[in-house]
Amino acid sequence: MASSVISSSPFLCKSAQKDLGFPKSSQISVHRCQKRAISRKIVSVMAPQRSSSATGSVKTGMTMTEKILAKAAEKSQVVPGDNIWVNVDVLMTHDVCGPGAFGIFKREFGEKAKVWDPEKIVVIPDHYIFTTDKRANRNVDIMREHCREQNIKYFYDITDLGDFRANPDYKGVCHVALAQEGHCRPGEVLLGTDSHTCTAGAFGQFATGIGNTDAGFVLGTGKILLKVPPTMRFILDGEMPSYLQAKDLILQIIGEISVAGATYKTMEFSGTTIESLTMEERMTLCNMVVEAGGKNGVIPPDATTFNYVENRTSVPFEPVYSDGNASFIADYRFDVSKLEPVVAKPHSPDNRALARECKDVKIDRVYIGSCTGGKTEDFMAAAKLFHAAGKQVKVPTFLVPATQKVWMDVYALPVPGAGGKTCAQIFEEAGCDTPTSPSCGACLGGPADTYARLNEPQVCVSTTNRNFPGRMGHKEGQIYLVSPYTAAASALTGHVTDPREFLQ
Amino acid sequence: MASSLPTLSRALPSSSSKPPSPLVPFPSPSLKITTSTPFIPSSISLSSRGASFAIPRATPASHGSGSDETLAKTTFHGLCFVLKDNIDTDQIIPADKATIFPSNQQERDEIASNALSGLPDFHTTRFVEPGEIKSKYSIIISGENFGCGSSREHAPVCLGAAGAKAVVAQTYARIFFRNSVATGEVFPLESEVRVCDECTTGDTVTIELRDSGGLLTNHTTGKQYKLKAIGDAGPVIDAGGIFAYARKVGMIPSPSVA
Repeated sequence: MASSVISSSPFLCKSAQKDLGFPKSSQISVHRCQKRAISRKIVSVMAPQRSSSATGSVKTGMTMTEKILAKAAEKSQVVPGDNIWVNVDVLMTHDVCGPGAFGIFKREFGEKAKVWDPEKIVVIPDHYIFTTDKRANRNVDIMREHCREQNIKYFYDITDLGDFRANPDYKGVCHVALAQEGHCRPGEVLLGTDSHTCTAGAFGQFATGIGNTDAGFVLGTGKILLKVPPTMRFILDGEMPSYLQAKDLILQIIGEISVAGATYKTMEFSGTTIESLTMEERMTLCNMVVEAGGKNGVIPPDATTFNYVENRTSVPFEPVYSDGNASFIADYRFDVSKLEPVVAKPHSPDNRALARECKDVKIDRVYIGSCTGGKTEDFMAAAKLFHAAGKQVKVPTFLVPATQKVWMDVYALPVPGAGGKTCAQIFEEAGCDTPTSPSCGACLGGPADTYARLNEPQVCVSTTNRNFPGRMGHKEGQIYLVSPYTAAASALTGHVTDPREFLQ
Repeated sequence: MASSLPTLSRALPSSSSKPPSPLVPFPSPSLKITTSTPFIPSSISLSSRGASFAIPRATPASHGSGSDETLAKTTFHGLCFVLKDNIDTDQIIPADKATIFPSNQQERDEIASNALSGLPDFHTTRFVEPGEIKSKYSIIISGENFGCGSSREHAPVCLGAAGAKAVVAQTYARIFFRNSVATGEVFPLESEVRVCDECTTGDTVTIELRDSGGLLTNHTTGKQYKLKAIGDAGPVIDAGGIFAYARKVGMIPSPSVA
């Protein structure tokens, strides 16, 4: 299927769809965690291939997403457009949508109904936690009741809002917690009542966001009706420049295809650059798939993935890979070595511009946090730049670690090349605000008393994921979406700043 | 002060041996529809169950519930409210309103009064006037990518609670479309052309739905526009939502206790 080759950017080549001869063809390997005890069950992902002479037809290759959904629907083959009932491996919900989802579950299945599997539901309060808003507090209490009643195994509760560290189970931002707690595994189907559930696609699984009603259905049945999406392939090759991060890559892509460029489609990321990314960077990439309208994002799992997962869970998993002869609806190639740091200007994630071309934009504050840009490596990157610069920030700089673990890393881990200093020490020397309690924070505004909420029409440079009007609070607030490096550089100058000012 | 040790272990293999699921695999040949319109298989929560948390369905003028009738005679009529492209969920309902859990009429009214309150101030006409709960506009007309952003169902819920019956957009973001059908709060319809450029807030419009598609008539301008057929979501809407659909096809048992 040929597509027209038109490129407005020298770094982008949209090639006609063809078999690019990926090394990973249809081999399937079953991975087991070494620490695990014993289950020798081997499950084949696909039915054995029939030869063309036997049936008169050649079996069609499938993409990763098609394979995952086929297996979850107990079918040997699916094609885009098929509507299928799919078994769900993990359902995640949080404080904002959990009450609604459980309410619908009870209404439809009965007040005494039991969830389909109390060990496959993960409840992670994270959105509106550190606030005096009574209704926000109420939502966490409601979830506690549901979890108690249903015997939900994984409920990362918080009761002492005054000190997050007094809550041993509390994690923070759901998408980061899911990964850190070993709930993300290759080949599985993970659904969540949050649009950024697509983050987990970094682990080579099908992960997407759903509403409360769909979640209520899944709670009772463990299944969901899904339409198989076609896959857009993004091949990123070349050595990642030292000043570039995954956030720059995804902003580059969204700027290329627009906020509706991937609507109803899978975004599959591969290539040598992808293979060089850490898991947290891969999560950043897949996190913003929804900002392009994508149904799910996916990255082929490899040793980096297995290493991460096997250190966190003993649940067995089976990675899958796109067939060499799978059909993709679009192919995009990027030479990453030629890319530059970018921003998304107000008020859309696809309003892309080069960071260096925005250097005259005066800013009022910087926000580093969220599932997109509040992970350990995000803070490490910001700290590295602050340390290299050796200067003080010129604007209030808010730091919101995504989870309790990230917060601890910020205080405990030495930053490479900084003579043993931790992120927290570097941030303090640079004049940043003290890292605050982990949660979603002001990424989506939140109740009026949310830390770092945009309550005035200010210009904010942020490592978050959306910048539509009013996203962080004030309707006239202007939000520039950036990488952690760009955020740190901008804090030091008081203007939107390309990190190369401090990193070369 | 050292933080306490977590009491919850990380993800472990399932410890229970569960009985086989009672669910019947659905053969689904009738759902293999190859239209280009996106399929949004979703649930419409039925208010007829008599639960106290009923979320009313967007009831068309003449639609036989529980029958095999199609959408042939569905009509909407009223004033339209016109928006352009990329109206995201935070503009439809600001995120800080997401703490509202519209399970009772009071909270439903509250979320209704905030419908489309996130629109920037250059939208001088308010969808819901200050102090009001209902909007005088029952049909929303919009451009591309309506409802992009969050998966929160508060977006379609607030529109329906404020009295909107249908949205006519050029295209939708997928989660919003799915949630609209799921909640039954608003009928999500797609236009074939940029109707949002040819209508003005306050125009009187009628929408008639048929199996083959729909027709939007703007009585103020006298123009008519074709609307796309409801597509793959049709069987689910006809059945009365994902729960009713799943019961109809034997995927879940009928409830013994409401």
